[in-house]
Amino acid sequence: MAVTGLILIGYLLAHMYGNLKIFAGPEAFNAYAHHLRVLGEPLLPRTGALWILRAVLIVSVLAHMYAAFNLWSRAHNARGGTRRYYSNKTRTGVQRTYASYTLRWGGLVILLFVIYHLLHLTWNIIHPGGAAAEPYERVVNGFQIWSVVLAYTIAVIAVGFHVRHGVWSALTTLGANTSTLARQRLNIGAYAVAGVLTVGFLLPPFAILFGFVD
Amino acid sequence: MDITLRVWRQANSRAKGKMAVYKVNDISEHMSFLEVLDVLNERLTLQGEDPIAFDSDCREGICGMCGVVINGVAHGPQQTTTCQLHMRSFSDGDVIDVEPWRADPFPVIKDLVVDRSAFDRIIQAGGYISAPTGTAPDAHATPVPKRDADRAFDAATCISCGACVAACPNGSAMLFTAAKITHLGLLPQGQPERYSRVVGMVAQHDVEGFGGCTNIGECTAVCPKEIPFETISRLNRDLISALTHGGSHWPKAAPRRDELEEEEDDIIGF
Ligand code: HEM
Ligand code: SF4
Ligand code: FES
Repeated sequence: MAVTGLILIGYLLAHMYGNLKIFAGPEAFNAYAHHLRVLGEPLLPRTGALWILRAVLIVSVLAHMYAAFNLWSRAHNARGGTRRYYSNKTRTGVQRTYASYTLRWGGLVILLFVIYHLLHLTWNIIHPGGAAAEPYERVVNGFQIWSVVLAYTIAVIAVGFHVRHGVWSALTTLGANTSTLARQRLNIGAYAVAGVLTVGFLLPPFAILFGFVD
Repeated sequence: MDITLRVWRQANSRAKGKMAVYKVNDISEHMSFLEVLDVLNERLTLQGEDPIAFDSDCREGICGMCGVVINGVAHGPQQTTTCQLHMRSFSDGDVIDVEPWRADPFPVIKDLVVDRSAFDRIIQAGGYISAPTGTAPDAHATPVPKRDADRAFDAATCISCGACVAACPNGSAMLFTAAKITHLGLLPQGQPERYSRVVGMVAQHDVEGFGGCTNIGECTAVCPKEIPFETISRLNRDLISALTHGGSHWPKAAPRRDELEEEEDDIIGF
């Protein structure tokens, strides 16, 4: 869970950086998308590096989902079902973060979104806002529709919460949380990564929606 | 003060339980929570009803027997044991919910009493050290850095009450297990079994049916001994070291041969 989650976070940071190229104009953005496909040439065949990356991501996502399901089912059994305490006076826990509630449902939201996202921008199967040959136009066409931006925003916020708890939890699991100072640093670091990802991913769609990029 | 208790009543581990409502009047705010249950039980006994079963032993916060969930929080509104919780933490007229620890590895025996022997089996799987018997060594023969001694001592205060499990949204006993790992793993005497201990205890933890830790931290909010969250990361460190160095095949570290011979002498002598 921890290792695959951190791989996915690393990927998201790189992906966010790529998305921000939209502000550098169509040439830069399309060149970047093209560059990903020829990376490592001639050492690797065309799209070779991309496929290695994709393989790592697919394995990570599957392993991540398997571990998540395993944790969920163990928790479900250990708690003896869904209704645990009859008292509903402390429903929000004593000190847990809001983010820690969102991991399981938020994970499902992210999964659905990832499927939609691949259908739209990677496989080019669905075309909200009109089909286009170049990635830049595909993105701009899609994000001129408010409902697309809304769905995207919900998913990115889910990612933000996921990463807020995820960074903290993964690094604790890997043994980096062994003092009060480390705990403070991990919390700050987790907020920082989550904040950067949330803002970084939301900038392009809103810029397009409000017509700063077209 | 007058209060209303809503208490979980369950005849035995197989019976279906339910919440029952009792009014308790004229109690002093200086009474402990268990004393209020005592008062109620006397009344129930006089009325010919079945008194409420609950556990307690020391009544001074050191045995860990008296765990119940009060208003949805393990041990109630103060971060202490139920025997050390006093009625001044509540207000006149309050309706207070009292339920047993709820976790599959802790079956309810009756009413508020649960079976926590799963903890004993986790301890048996590694919560010990091997010490050659014989004359006790001088107390200062093995130096321990102050920092380690303090942290080990903090972890050693765990009283195995099980509040961490009752509070954990995953039903995990990781804080309890981590307290033992930290306590023994930071001291020189705990080194020989350090890695087999963590593998054995975590394996037993999982076998008992406790959930997996996802670092939510509700446990440390209710632990009466304030076992720190960092113990969990320490356990993970030891587990990663153990698994990357041969995993469960880690042999139980044997004492050096000369120590072994001395030990055998001792055993025969004994
Ligand atoms: C495919 C969709 C995804 C699903 C279904 C999913 C599901 C989950 C669930 C359920 C958990 C929590 C386990 C628990 O606390 O119960 C979790 C933890 C985590 N997720 Fe995801 N997730 C997904 C995508 C991602 C992505 C894209 C990232 C990267 C940003 C990520 C990073 C993490 C991290 C770092 C953790 C914490 C690991 C730990 O607790 O040690 N996940 N995920
Ligand atoms: S870690 Fe704390 S809450 Fe858990 S069993 Fe030990 S004393 Fe009780
Ligand atoms: S009765 Fe011993 S800790 Fe409460």
